[in-house]
Amino acid sequence: MNAPRIPGSVGIVEAKKARFAEPLRLKSGAVLPEFEIAYETYGTLNAARSNAVLVCHALNASHHVAGVYADDPDNVGWWDNMVGPGKPVDTERFFVVGSNYIGSCFGSTGPASINPATGKPWGADFPVVTVEDWVAAQARLADHLGIERFAAVIGGSLGAMQALQWALSFPGRVRHSIVIAGTPRLSAQNIAFNEVARQAIMTDPDFHGGHYYEKGVVPVRGLRIARMIGHITYLSDDAMMEKFGRQLRRQAPGFDFDVDFEVESYLRYQADKFARYFDANTYLRITKALDYFDPAAEYGGDLSRAFARAQADFLVVSFKSDWRFSPARSREIVKALLDNRRIVSYLEIDAPQGHDAFLMADPRYHGALAAYFRNIAL
Amino acid sequence: MTEADAIVRWVAPGARVLDLGCGDGALLRRLWEEKRAPGYGVEIDDAHVLECIRNDVNVLQMDLEDGLAAFADRSFDCVILSETLQAIHRQEPLLREMLRVGREAIVSFPNFGYWKLRLQIAFGGRMPVSPELPYAWYETPNVHHCTLADFEALAAKLGLRILERLALTGGRRVRVAPNLFGATALYRVSA
Repeated sequence: MNAPRIPGSVGIVEAKKARFAEPLRLKSGAVLPEFEIAYETYGTLNAARSNAVLVCHALNASHHVAGVYADDPDNVGWWDNMVGPGKPVDTERFFVVGSNYIGSCFGSTGPASINPATGKPWGADFPVVTVEDWVAAQARLADHLGIERFAAVIGGSLGAMQALQWALSFPGRVRHSIVIAGTPRLSAQNIAFNEVARQAIMTDPDFHGGHYYEKGVVPVRGLRIARMIGHITYLSDDAMMEKFGRQLRRQAPGFDFDVDFEVESYLRYQADKFARYFDANTYLRITKALDYFDPAAEYGGDLSRAFARAQADFLVVSFKSDWRFSPARSREIVKALLDNRRIVSYLEIDAPQGHDAFLMADPRYHGALAAYFRNIAL
Repeated sequence: MTEADAIVRWVAPGARVLDLGCGDGALLRRLWEEKRAPGYGVEIDDAHVLECIRNDVNVLQMDLEDGLAAFADRSFDCVILSETLQAIHRQEPLLREMLRVGREAIVSFPNFGYWKLRLQIAFGGRMPVSPELPYAWYETPNVHHCTLADFEALAAKLGLRILERLALTGGRRVRVAPNLFGATALYRVSA
């Protein structure tokens, strides 16, 4: 292929799918008779198979972590500033796997997939999945790729939960767990925001109890509101003020309910964009997976005991302006790791963007990650 | 003998170490290489934290002024506070915390009773500037200076036991009148 080589980019990439015929028993007790996981890979797996890095994505992202597609050159991977040749997660050195999760709407088996029992889309019947289930499914993908042990598992936000869970579910298969803008459990406030988003979707007349595919409609109104709520929690108050202030979209206030302020226009734009590509049933399930994540629960709430089985080294990163998963949540993780005498470093970056800071190329954040990855022996 | 040499000498082989205000992590690196003493550093400065990660030293970016709540009781053999005591706002709670999380503590600081500093105040009438205290009064990160006598009085007040004391000037141990002739003071203390 004669694609122009973009400096620092992995270039043209291809999404792949792995199919697993062995049933997967989920935490809820439900069984997925078979499933597919969508993924991408960048770089080369070395002969010792010791240089694999798994990148776990957050709510609205996918396995398309870096690079672009030949037929869609504007669709740049969501973490392209982190993953690539010469970037913090250096694809000249590491074999990077971007993995989607089950229940997603980006190619892995999910609510819009065909239920083999009925020949129709799963819809509302697709089981509620958990972070543990995602990790169990990703472990099958690792087997499929011939990766016994990852040099590192890395993720931000919901991806951070997966990086943590990997170290707990498969302690021997993770050398470094890199937990960015994460939390060991959602707060009541976090769950409350998720519930508002779910209510918005489920009360949309086009939702039809989750069986909207066969009706040929999409609960767009619910999805839009869910996305708006999400977006508000991803940004800090300061970042929003900085970005939009009280700037008006029109010459003067309209004294009506059309868009007055820039921030309203932004939210509507983000909402419209999201509702075009995201599946409502997936949204419901992901927010539930977030709500249920609580590795300490089966240890009487004692996170230190929950982490006793971890064997990985850890890098924990938080951002001061993140009020969704605040630094205090990351410090709980650090404390539990210290209680278990794990090798751990912790960064608390004074970045202004809020939760979304984990996607930004802050030089302190990226510099530290680059240094950390350079020290990972292969 | 540098201050770091003295600290390395005081740390037992294999000891679990916590270095508060660990800078670029060079001391922790040495403690690992020379004593196989595994440890963590606490540091607030971004550039230093990056250096620590480059040096492959465990570093925790936290503010010492917030206390040591992340660390369990008696989880370390030795807690080090090297050249940081004078830059802390509240010494008493920090010293108590150090001996809650560690069996022993090592504290080093520039001695404000060093004769050259005394002379600068007594005869120059100006705040002293020296190799150990290289800052002008208006730009110094240091907020609470003390002398050996001051530190020992505070140790007594807190009920700390002084296990060892060392005064250094120009890399040499000072045995005579250390509060006058020692530029740097080091203490090994326990609760």
